[in-house]
Amino acid sequence: MLSTKTYDAVVIGAGAAGMAAACAICEAGHTVAVLDREEHLGGILLQCIHNGFGLHHFKKELTGPEYADEYAQRLASLPLDAFLETTAVELRDGKDSKTVYAYSAQHGVLELKAQAVVLAMGCRERNRGNIGIPGPRPSGILTAGLAQRLLNIDGYVPGKRIVIVGSGDIGLIMARRLTWVGAKVQCVVEILPYPSGLTRNIVQCLQDFDIPLHLSHAVTRIEGADRVEGVRISPLHNGVPVPGKTSHVKCDTLLLSVGLIPENELSRTIGVAISPNTNGPVVDHSLQTSVEGVFACGNVLHVHDLVDFVTEEAQRCAAGVVSYLRAPKPKAATPGVPVEAGANLKYVIPNRCAPSCETHFLMRSLMVRDAAELTVKQGETVVRRQSLRRVRPAEMISLILKKEQTQELTSGLPLEFSIGVGRQ
Amino acid sequence: MAQKSYDVAVIGAGVCGASIARCLSAYDVDVVLLEKCVDVGFGVSKANSGIVHAGFHHKAASLKAKLEIQGNLMFEKLHYELGFPFRRVGILVVAFSEEQMKTAEHLYAQGMENGVEGLQICSAERVRTLEPKVNPDAVGGLYAPSGGIIEPYRFVFALCECAQQNGVDIRTGFEVVRAEAKRGYYSILSRAGERLGARFVVNAAGLYADRISSIFRGEKFRIYPRKGEEYLLDRSSAAYPNHVLFPVPAKNSKGILVIPTVEGTTMIGPTAHEVDDRNDVSTSSENLETVFASAKHMVPSVSRHDIITSFAGMRPALRTNDFFIAVSRKARRFVQVAGIQSPGLTASPAIGEYVKDLLKKAGLKLTEKTGFRPTINKVITARTQTPQTMAHLVDENPRFANIVCRCETVSEAEIVEAIHKGHTTLDGIKFYTRSGMGRCQGGFCTYKILKILARETGRDIAEFTKRGEGSYEVAGKLSEASEMRRG
Repeated sequence: MLSTKTYDAVVIGAGAAGMAAACAICEAGHTVAVLDREEHLGGILLQCIHNGFGLHHFKKELTGPEYADEYAQRLASLPLDAFLETTAVELRDGKDSKTVYAYSAQHGVLELKAQAVVLAMGCRERNRGNIGIPGPRPSGILTAGLAQRLLNIDGYVPGKRIVIVGSGDIGLIMARRLTWVGAKVQCVVEILPYPSGLTRNIVQCLQDFDIPLHLSHAVTRIEGADRVEGVRISPLHNGVPVPGKTSHVKCDTLLLSVGLIPENELSRTIGVAISPNTNGPVVDHSLQTSVEGVFACGNVLHVHDLVDFVTEEAQRCAAGVVSYLRAPKPKAATPGVPVEAGANLKYVIPNRCAPSCETHFLMRSLMVRDAAELTVKQGETVVRRQSLRRVRPAEMISLILKKEQTQELTSGLPLEFSIGVGRQ
Repeated sequence: MAQKSYDVAVIGAGVCGASIARCLSAYDVDVVLLEKCVDVGFGVSKANSGIVHAGFHHKAASLKAKLEIQGNLMFEKLHYELGFPFRRVGILVVAFSEEQMKTAEHLYAQGMENGVEGLQICSAERVRTLEPKVNPDAVGGLYAPSGGIIEPYRFVFALCECAQQNGVDIRTGFEVVRAEAKRGYYSILSRAGERLGARFVVNAAGLYADRISSIFRGEKFRIYPRKGEEYLLDRSSAAYPNHVLFPVPAKNSKGILVIPTVEGTTMIGPTAHEVDDRNDVSTSSENLETVFASAKHMVPSVSRHDIITSFAGMRPALRTNDFFIAVSRKARRFVQVAGIQSPGLTASPAIGEYVKDLLKKAGLKLTEKTGFRPTINKVITARTQTPQTMAHLVDENPRFANIVCRCETVSEAEIVEAIHKGHTTLDGIKFYTRSGMGRCQGGFCTYKILKILARETGRDIAEFTKRGEGSYEVAGKLSEASEMRRG
């Protein structure tokens, strides 16, 4: 069975980003379909049963499921089609519309035609292969997110004696969660000299439970034939294990919290250009990708620190979609201003802006500093300077350039963002 | 004690044991295939590189070369009958110096003597035409269009299924620990205390062939495990070559290859190091660095960003470096199939026939079976469908449209089929379906597979393992965990 349906916009993924984008596009009066692989709306939020969500966006503290429910309810009240347990497998660009092919046991094969497509597929966790920990391949090595899912949704405890590799937020949250269910979290091992996760999580999830955090350390070997039996941990000097300082820690489980990668395999099927800095699509100020009519928001675009900012980005994306649906412009008409990450910045999103157009920039620092200054320049002209109280790679930096601040920008000339030492 | 008695017991359900069992299943004999692991193909075969070699690497006088050439020619028919993924993409040996070019020419001469079809010496330009991704420093090479690639686990599963369908009993988790020679048969005892009888025994025990030989009082020899470490690159890797790319071989191995796997990922490796512990399938950073550097030299677009996993496998080598396949001169009605390292997979179909003939010589009566079915039902996969073909498939079974493993596009229907065929460990399901073999390495599908396993078998999630006893996936139910301690 193949059913063909036509919408103004199709949103792929019903996590925080997809739900917010779908609601906003629908509320602007357009027909929308949203699809998701899982049986529930909300994506990864549903397994994040801890609190701390929504402080920016809803001005109240929510758990992940509560945050998701705010949007799930709004979505349910709107006249849009939500296809759950439905996997998008391919995107095609046609002359008059885009086509999304999706498979579902309930709906069969869906051929969804739309003027605009919103990519909101989120990200995946980096795993052992990505970081190359040597040793045998016993069971008991899993990503922190999988452990979180097994524990919080399926109701199974992954192990009893845990070592966590990487100080990413999910790993920190799981350190506390596993301690609460009676597991012994031996330590968290971080290769960098500073934590990858948010400060509040270091305090609330590790320090409050006396869980040691070993910075500038690496797991250099996994031991165990059938199940993990232990790991070897070495301090690092200039990124290299210090000989003779290796210690052995017994454990039955190794959780990996070593970063996230935007999931853009589907985006590539329609030819969306991917940035090597973010692993997400290259986008303009309206969050439109290199393929006209295809937009992106949330963790598929770049990995966010807080879900509140995902929601905000999705709303900006929806606004871009709505103005595109009202007046589709051929891409070539707007050459735009290329945005570049300069000194001490990992990336800046969007990758392109336009003169006389308010743009919300999000970026990540490459350095840890308590007083810094962000500079935005085009050529020798300083467009904006802003002091930042503290910068951390774990925390996104946000900057809005108002319409009047972008008036003087010249198309074609790069706009460079950089971070320097600020005044104390 | 009453015990089931067979005409032939084949010990070891790797690619050799499975080929032998399938060959024998065409005759009127009772055959049992014994495997110590929890599933078939879980030993040496599971870490195979999946190459169908062309037959120019070994001297014509060796048994290896003879069976390699014969085996190579049998793959089209087997592919047709058994449906495992196979493509004859060709092998390209790339030389980077005039000296290496001499070795390539020597391989050409050796291959011609062995009777390899279609071998060609290539100029630098021809190498670049055949393989634009290769390092432009290449000075030439050897091209063997008869080389190919297969999925080794699917090959073993298909052979076993076909053997089973034709009456072979497969006993997994049966580790042979003792055998007694009785009048005209052997009484064989497993570690778990099960007993069965067999008139003839085939020792295809891979890494443990020396131990099995001594249990049956056969020839004394020693298996020298030679470890190989490999990296797997994502199917999106730009390095995926058109052919299997070999360097000019080193003394003990064929060198570090860049392999386009038949399912679309790129494999680089393997190393070759003799080790003492045959269970030691650990990887090390130094060896993996070597693999990476060599592969990147061969194909510069090999990138660390594309690495999805690394693993190690063992070659069960003998000091002679040749296969040892013969009727034992010491133990009666006992056939040795030992030292089957590379090109063992390529040779395996020929080994099956060869061992069948040896058994006949040793006195086993072989009458062709009426009703032997050489073909098995093809496995249907979601990843090979187009939206249009999927639309038909989903009408027959909606579970084909429920995608469980997003990275390798594996459907619920495929997982259920694997479980119903007896593959109830996560590795068994992974090797059968490819679920969890992709870029997220099971991050997204593990819990889904565990739930399907629980539903289909009526067992609890906590009972399932990665690959048998000891390798449990979860420690237990949350409801049974100790009281929550408030922080």
